[in-house]
Amino acid sequence: MKRAGLVTHVIDPASLIAEVQSPQVGGISLFLGTVRDSNDGRSVSGIDYSAYTAMAESEMADILAEAGERFGVDSIVVEHRVGALTLEDVSIAIVAAHAHRQPAMACTRFVIDEIKKRVPVWKRERYVDGTTQWVDPTHESGASAP
Amino acid sequence: MSVVTVQLFASYADAFGAPQLEIPLEPGSTVADLVRRIRALPPGDLLPASPRVALNRKFASPDKLIGSNDEIALIPPVAGG
Repeated sequence: MKRAGLVTHVIDPASLIAEVQSPQVGGISLFLGTVRDSNDGRSVSGIDYSAYTAMAESEMADILAEAGERFGVDSIVVEHRVGALTLEDVSIAIVAAHAHRQPAMACTRFVIDEIKKRVPVWKRERYVDGTTQWVDPTHESGASAP
Repeated sequence: MSVVTVQLFASYADAFGAPQLEIPLEPGSTVADLVRRIRALPPGDLLPASPRVALNRKFASPDKLIGSNDEIALIPPVAGG
C-alpha cells in the first residue's frame, strides 16, 4: 500500500505507522520534519505552507512508485501538512515498512530527498519580529534542511 | 495568437500580485518562449533566467511545445518538507 497526500490536520505518526504495520514487516522507518525556531540566523515563530495541490500529490505518488521499485518497499505512507504551523508542529511524516530495516530506512531518506527537490510545496517563514519571508533553498547555504 | 493562463504560486504570485497571468502566445510556442514573455512583464525581471515551468502537472523542459489546452504553472523554488 502506498499513499501520499497533503493534509490540513495535525499529523498523527502513530496512525501512519498503523497503516503500514503487518505480520510480514520487520522494520518500520519513520521520518518527521518539524518546525524549528531559527533559520539563517533569524528567530522563527512559525511557517505557512502552501502548495500546487494537484501537482504536489501527483509528484509524491510518482516518488513513492520510484521508491517502491528502487528499494522493493510496498508499504509507504506520506502526509505533508499545509497551512499555518507553529514551532514543533510536524510538517511532514514519511513511513516505510519492509521485512528488513535497511530498505525501509533507505526508502524514507530517498522519499524526503526527492520531495525537497521536486514537489511544489512552499514555505513562508514568520519571524518573531513580525516579518515574513518565502524560503528559497536555492539561495541558502543548506543550513535550513531538516 | 492565443491566450494561455499561467498559474502562479507563493513568491511569484506575490511578485505579480495575482494568482495567474494571461499570456498571448503564437501557435508553436515553447516553454522558453513563454518564459521570455513573462520576464518582459513587470516585475518579470525578478524571476530567475530559467524558472521551472510545469505543463499538465509535470516539469517541462524549455524546448517543450505548449498546447492551447495545457495546464501551465510557473513553479518557484520548492521548499517542502
